[in-house]
This record gives sequence, structure tokens and C-alpha cells, in this order.
Amino acid sequence: MNHLISLRDRPLTQLVLARLREFYREPEAVFWVYGFPILMIVALGIAFRNKPIERITVDVETGPRAEAIVDALSKQEKFVVATFDTASCRVRLRTGKTDLVVSAGESSTPHYDYAYDPTRTESVLARNAVDDALQRAAGRQDAATVADRVFDEPGGRYIDFLVPGLLGMSLMGGGMWGVGFAIVDMRIRKLLKRFLATPMKKTDFLAGMIISRLVFMVPEVLALVGFARVAFGVRIYGSLWAVVALVLLGAGAFAGIGLLIASRAKTIEAVSGLMNLVMLPMWMLSGVFFSSDRFPEVVRPAIKALPLTLLNDALRAVMQEGASLSSLGLEVAALAAWGTVTFALALRWFKWS
Amino acid sequence: MPLAIRCSDLVKRYDSRPPVEAVRGLDLSVERGECFALLGPNGAGKTTTIEILEGLLAATSGEVEVLGLRWGLGDDEIRQRIGISLQETRLADKLSVLETVTLFRSFYRRGLDPSDVLRRVSLEDKARTWVSKLSGGQKQRLAVACGLVGDPELLFLDEPTTGLDPQSRRQLWEIIRGFRQQGRTVLLTTHYMDEAERLCDRVAIVDLGKLIALGTPRELIAGLGGEHVVEFTLESGPATRAITSDELSNLPAVSEVRVEPDRVSLSVSEVHVALPALLDRLRRLERQITDLSTRHASLEDVFVKLAGRHLAEAEASSA
Repeated sequence: MNHLISLRDRPLTQLVLARLREFYREPEAVFWVYGFPILMIVALGIAFRNKPIERITVDVETGPRAEAIVDALSKQEKFVVATFDTASCRVRLRTGKTDLVVSAGESSTPHYDYAYDPTRTESVLARNAVDDALQRAAGRQDAATVADRVFDEPGGRYIDFLVPGLLGMSLMGGGMWGVGFAIVDMRIRKLLKRFLATPMKKTDFLAGMIISRLVFMVPEVLALVGFARVAFGVRIYGSLWAVVALVLLGAGAFAGIGLLIASRAKTIEAVSGLMNLVMLPMWMLSGVFFSSDRFPEVVRPAIKALPLTLLNDALRAVMQEGASLSSLGLEVAALAAWGTVTFALALRWFKWS
Repeated sequence: MPLAIRCSDLVKRYDSRPPVEAVRGLDLSVERGECFALLGPNGAGKTTTIEILEGLLAATSGEVEVLGLRWGLGDDEIRQRIGISLQETRLADKLSVLETVTLFRSFYRRGLDPSDVLRRVSLEDKARTWVSKLSGGQKQRLAVACGLVGDPELLFLDEPTTGLDPQSRRQLWEIIRGFRQQGRTVLLTTHYMDEAERLCDRVAIVDLGKLIALGTPRELIAGLGGEHVVEFTLESGPATRAITSDELSNLPAVSEVRVEPDRVSLSVSEVHVALPALLDRLRRLERQITDLSTRHASLEDVFVKLAGRHLAEAEASSA
């Protein structure tokens, strides 16, 4: 009998259609899913593109040779120099208002004391820059000539690193909220219970949720990748199909996780709490804004196993380095496993009322 | 042909603290083609019972058969053949009426054309309207339409008219009557006595999880011993004492006397016999009537007699 039913009248088709209609008829949801990632790219792209010249704040302790130091440093635009007494300098250093405090010795041969916190990157940079400037002022000659070449070619900039991360993050947020909220809302409305009272198959319902999620995601990904291309010239170095495959795998994995999280939650508050519990670590650890390689060696395997890390690493490998899907077998398999295992568990634990 | 519904010694206990017995040993048989009401106040166990029969809740103990089949053995088969409207379902706001019914239609192997169903519940003009834009009565008719679209043999309706205005209630009654006239079976729950009386062939009155009376509305009312009720209020001053039921008990054609704080009501078989005798008795007792009325007995009177309290009191105490 089943093959005689037209595709349109099948329960799975109808469930997917219903979800799509509900989604596109809700303007706020459309904005949060499609508009938000783009706003984020714009904000971050602007923040990191038009970087002004890095300023270095240096305090000079009052003393007989203070003026000479100030003169020497003021020749370079990057130094912001001011003079304070010893106590004030100490306070300013402690509270992070200045990067470095310079004081001159009393002896006739030039001598400088540098006070700074060696764990602060800016302070270390300041110390080296100031030292370089003062040594030259004292007459040091460079042994070799050097030339600086600025590297900001597409593919290697921060924005090129950021876009795959934001893509992964938006797939995570969209998948989990999109599926999780919709399900809890239906449970509160007793719509799930109403469906249970029909001959509808559980698998049709849950698969319908995931498939509709995969469909919503198409414009989301196109908007994000297209915008990054047009506005910032972010290119995809690997194959477009590899990106499509990874995006589908990632969205499927997060929809599965969303389904699992929502499988028993009875209130919007409960599901929000659980979502945040699951997503927060991934926002911080999975390399959205900076590489997850910065975390200590011991925790890295655990971070690497998180679905967002897998997705981000794989997307970056394809988009930035032009890697092929076959070289990403581990990531692909692990993402597929996240999707199928969570779907199977959700199917088992799902509560309809 | 097996019965539409049969259940025996149905018990549902919730393991809360203290444990709550929502249903305590209920027996029911619903024939094919009848409209059957479970009548009782809120908290009587009606919804628990109907949800067990619908296969949405598991009974603690007892046997249930629906269309000759048992839950747990032929679930899909039963669900293909029954239709349901839950006590409260908020269908998806952003779907249209027709889209909603079409979605429900897709779950059934056989069924009716969604547009035909909308015509049956008089929502054909609203086919393209979003669910969120419907009135309460229209939403309820849509909920029933979702139950009808699988062309069920048996329809379960949990409080189908609660909270609706009188006109919407009548519209729903017409839909239910139309379904029943096709020879199909309806089981509904209600706490409206008039609804059960007008709509249903048989009524089971339940209170506190137990069956307290079963029969046609006519049989139940006849069981009171009088089909009429005479109610009156006596003039009272600071010195007057309340009248006792003994003082009125042996009046002709009066089968029962109930003295309540604000009025007295009598179950009467023949009003023209009882009334002159009553007035005569009160004159001899030197009591003045301030208010007197007679009416036909209703299921409310049956409930009062059996449960010892009015439905409104039962609702208040359960709330």
C-alpha cells in the first residue's frame, strides 16, 4: 500500500513541511538563526580588520635623567610616555594602567631599570621595544639590515580563522535551540501527547525534526559563507562539496544532541539550562575564537572529541588548508557517531507527555 | 462483534506522597454505536480513565479491551481505528486549519479527505486561517476534526465543551450527533449534567474514582423515585427553628426530602398531588413559604442523591 501514497501525503513529508512552515512564519526565529551569525561576523570582522597601530604605554620615574628618556622614546609614535613619581608608577603598574616602568640609574654610564610583569604579553613587548629604542639612542649600531613585510593575505588572516568557527558555532546553536525548544514547546502544549494518540511512528517524528533542521540550515550557511566572501574576501580553499558534507554532518550531530537534551525536559527553563550546560564548554573550548591547541596537552584529547571541535577543525582544514574529506576520516566518523548515537538514545528515552 | 470498550476492575494509583488512587476499581462496557458519557466533578478520575482507555496511560491493574484488542499487543491497529480529542491540546499556532488536518490525516492508512472533514465541523471557511486566529469554539472543533480525519470507529472526547459558550457547545453536540448517526461509537467525559442528558444514550456517573451509577439518563432520573423536584424556602425569623425532614416525610407522592440550609427540596412523582398536601401541612405547622418552584428532575439531582452533595460543592472540594 505504502508505495501508492504520494510523497506529499507521507507522514514524514507532512511533519517536515509543518516544521518548515512554523519556522518561516516566525520572523523572530528567522532573525536569530540567520541574522545573528552575520551580525557577529560584521562586528568581529570590523574589530580585527581596522586595527590601529599598537600603542605602548610607558611610565618614566621622575629623576635627573627622566627627561632624556622621554625625549628618546617620544621620537617613536607608538610610545605613550608620561612621568610619575616612584609610588604612582608602582600603583599604575599594579593596576595595569601602564605596560612598563623605566627608571634611570645614577651612574655616569647609561643604565636603565625595567619594571614589568613578565606574564603579560604587552609588557614583554613593551620592554623589548623600549629597550631597542633606548639602546639605539645610546648609540647602538644594528649589525644587519632588516625589512618588514606585512602578511595579511586571504587565508591566513584572523577573519579566515574565524569564519569556519562561527559557522560551526551557528550550526551548534541553531541545531540545539531549533530542535530542543520546538520539542519542549510541543510537550508543554500537549501536542506530543496528541501525536502519540495517533498511529504516527516515533521515528518519523524525530527524523522529521532533524530533516527540517537540515533544510533550515541551507540559507543560514549560504548567508554566512556568502557574506564572509563578499565583505572580507574569505575563500574556501578546499572543495565546496566537502564543506557541504561537513555542514550536513555537523548539523545532524547537533540536531541529535538537541533531541536528546529535549527528550525529557518538561519546561523551557529546564531545557535552556541543559542547553547552556552542554553548549558553554564548547563555546569556550572548541576553538571558535582561538585555536583549541592553546589548552594544556592533557585535556586536549577530551576537547578534540567534542562535536564542535571536530566540526571546527574539519571545516578549517577544508576551508583554510584545502584538505580533502578523505584526509578527515576521523572527524567525519566521529561526527557521524555523535549524530547516530544521540538519535538512538533520544528515540529510546523520549517522553511524549 | 466485540464491544467497543470493555474494562474491568480498573485501578490507577499514582506513587506520590501520599499515594493517590485516581481510579479505584472501575467496570465499564460500551456497546458499538452508542454515545456514552463519563460524568462527574473535576477530580473524579474521568480523564485518568479515558487516557487509560486511549492507551496514553498505563493502568496499575485491571483489564482493558478496545474494539476487542488490548493495549500492548495491537497498538497500531487500535490507533488506526480510534479518534481522540484530549482535554487540552494547543495545536501549532502558525499552521493553517487545513494544514493541521492534513498533517493528522497523513498518520492514518485510511481516512477522510481533509476538506470534507472541515465541512463536517463547519470550518471550511477557515481552511486557510492560522490556528492562532481561531476562537475557542473553532479550536475545539478543529481538535475534533483531527480526531475524525482517520475515519475512526470509536471517538474519545475528553471534556469537549468545557469553557465554551452555549452556541459553540451546541455546534459541537451537532458534530457528535452526526458521527453517532453513522453508527459509530463515542465515549466522552463531561462535568455538565445537561450535556450528558441531552447527548448520550448511557451515562456512567463517577465520583472519587468509583462508578456510582450507570444507565440511560431516563433510568437514572427514574431511580430517584420521582421525576419532579419541588423546592421551597421558608420565612425565617430569629426565633424560628429549622424544619426537619420528619415533619414532611409522609406527604403523598413525595419519595424523598432534603433539608438544606437555605431551602428544602422534595422528590415528587406527581406534582398535582404533592403540592396541595405540602401547602396544607405547612399551614398547620404555621410556616410561611417565601419561594416555591417545581421542575423536572435532572442528572444533577441523581448526583446529589448518590454523592450526597452538589456538583458545584464537589468541584470546589476537589479544587
